[in-house]
Amino acid sequence: MSSPPTLAIETSGLRKMFGQTKAVDGVDLQVPPGIVYSVLGPNGAGKSTLIRMLATLLRPDGGTASVFGHDVVRDSDAVRRRISVTGQYASVDDALTGLENLVLMGRLQGYTWPQARHRAGELMDAFGLTHAAGRLVSTYSGGMRRRLDIAASIVVSPDLLFLDEPTTGLDPRSRNQVWDIVRALLAGGTTILLTTQYLEEADELADRIAVVDQGKVIAEGTTDELKASVGQVALHVRLRDPGQRDKAEDLLTQELGVPVHLEADPAEMSARVEDNSRVLQGLGALTRASIEPAEFSVTRPSLDEVFLTLTGHKADDQSAGEAGEEHAA
Amino acid sequence: MTSSIEGVDDRVMAVLATHERPPKASPLSATITHLWRGIMAFKHFPAQLIDIILLPAIFLLLFTYLFGGAFAGSPGQYLQFFLPGIAVQSVILMTVYTGTAINTDINKGVFDRFRTLPFWQPAAIAGNLVGDVLRYLIALTMTIGMGLALGFRPGGGVLGVLAAMAVLIVFAFSVSWIFAAIGVVASVPERVSGTSMIVIYPLLFMSNIFVRPETMPSWMQVLVKVNPLSHAATASRTLMHGTAGFWDVMWALITSALITVVFAPLAVRLYRNKNTR
Repeated sequence: MSSPPTLAIETSGLRKMFGQTKAVDGVDLQVPPGIVYSVLGPNGAGKSTLIRMLATLLRPDGGTASVFGHDVVRDSDAVRRRISVTGQYASVDDALTGLENLVLMGRLQGYTWPQARHRAGELMDAFGLTHAAGRLVSTYSGGMRRRLDIAASIVVSPDLLFLDEPTTGLDPRSRNQVWDIVRALLAGGTTILLTTQYLEEADELADRIAVVDQGKVIAEGTTDELKASVGQVALHVRLRDPGQRDKAEDLLTQELGVPVHLEADPAEMSARVEDNSRVLQGLGALTRASIEPAEFSVTRPSLDEVFLTLTGHKADDQSAGEAGEEHAA
Repeated sequence: MTSSIEGVDDRVMAVLATHERPPKASPLSATITHLWRGIMAFKHFPAQLIDIILLPAIFLLLFTYLFGGAFAGSPGQYLQFFLPGIAVQSVILMTVYTGTAINTDINKGVFDRFRTLPFWQPAAIAGNLVGDVLRYLIALTMTIGMGLALGFRPGGGVLGVLAAMAVLIVFAFSVSWIFAAIGVVASVPERVSGTSMIVIYPLLFMSNIFVRPETMPSWMQVLVKVNPLSHAATASRTLMHGTAGFWDVMWALITSALITVVFAPLAVRLYRNKNTR
């Protein structure tokens, strides 16, 4: 048999200190090619440091890291020929127009002037930026800037793209555009390392996820595996009549397909549900049986909850993530 | 704007379909590209021309009329001595921009993108410095042009003036490597200009740019004599007036070469290691 395909990223015991702080503290990663791999974690978890080392911007203090089999320290030029970076790891130039930025990238990667201009025009068109090609980047909206940033990183199609919080601060429409671009890149054969603070985004795009906290990988797996460790949706119901709880428990157990937990309050119960639509079915069944909830709530796990579950402590400076959706009846 | 999600997909797929990888850019080509970047940025912000034009003009007028009568009997006479000197100051003040520009790029993350690209990395700095030669040319043309209008009469004629400009540009290019190094190390652009002024102003005044050193105490004469700016001013002065001896010019060129040999590798080395530790 042939040898297994080279991993897109492989690290072993990777470490980086800043003074006394262990920014990255012994990280082992194996990222196969051809997938979206997400690194999740709060600010200060060590995500940036980890990625800057993989992108040849920062020298590790210990351990090894390779990209497509090339060592990031000894063979940084070979790594640079395979990767691209976006977002906070690398900026587009505000003082140039959008088109000039792409021409610059093309030239620095070895295209001739006519080739670079042609490629830049193609990319501006593909990313819906042609109308703004001659405008300075400093006048771009957040969504346009993000698209230009991604375009600048695929002037030469990279084998591995470091995509940094690509949708933070974007409206839903721009966010969907960026997500589509990511899927197109993946279909084109690019491996993507995505960092994000949004569990939803990782959920939407990632094949595998590594949760990073305090410089360590504290959980790693497919999105399903990770979710299973946290639970999906928590349904809380409080009935008007505590006498109806037994009947309600039976109905909900049947409709939700999961055990229902009876709370200390005789009118309350709760359940962890895998599938949102089942919540509605369960509540519908209660209504049909003339059981009136005084109030109910559906809460989705936030990144905080993932952290709480996985680490036992709150991610203190974490403000992003899914907020709970509260309902009252 | 993009129409449908499908539309984005198809067109993005199309641009991604080309998996060609051009051959690595040559060092010269990468440097020229960075030079082009500087020129484009300059083109988009012509306002910086005001700095380049006004700063030399203000100092020329100010010092000529402030010191002229006291130092040389009349502003007109002082100008013959002073103009080739103030030309040195005009270009040296411009070299600080090199440092602030490099520092801004580093802070904004533009250089981080460059550093993940597979080209000859010193091109990023070298391109900037070559682009700054344009600034020196404008500042010198402005200074000398104003000087001529005020009554400066160079004995060396057009050739002498052009030769002086050439030497000053070589000198400024070498000095800009010092500020490139400071620009790489400094935390914010404001620190670059702050630090630079602390270095530049004592050197400017403790030179033969403004006055002949003969009236100074002997210890200061020694300092003036070894000051690189004095060598540049001497070369500028003697070339413009057509009295240059071999060593008048050679000292300026040797100084430039020495500064470049020390600070160019230092700046590049600092740049390569910036934030990697």
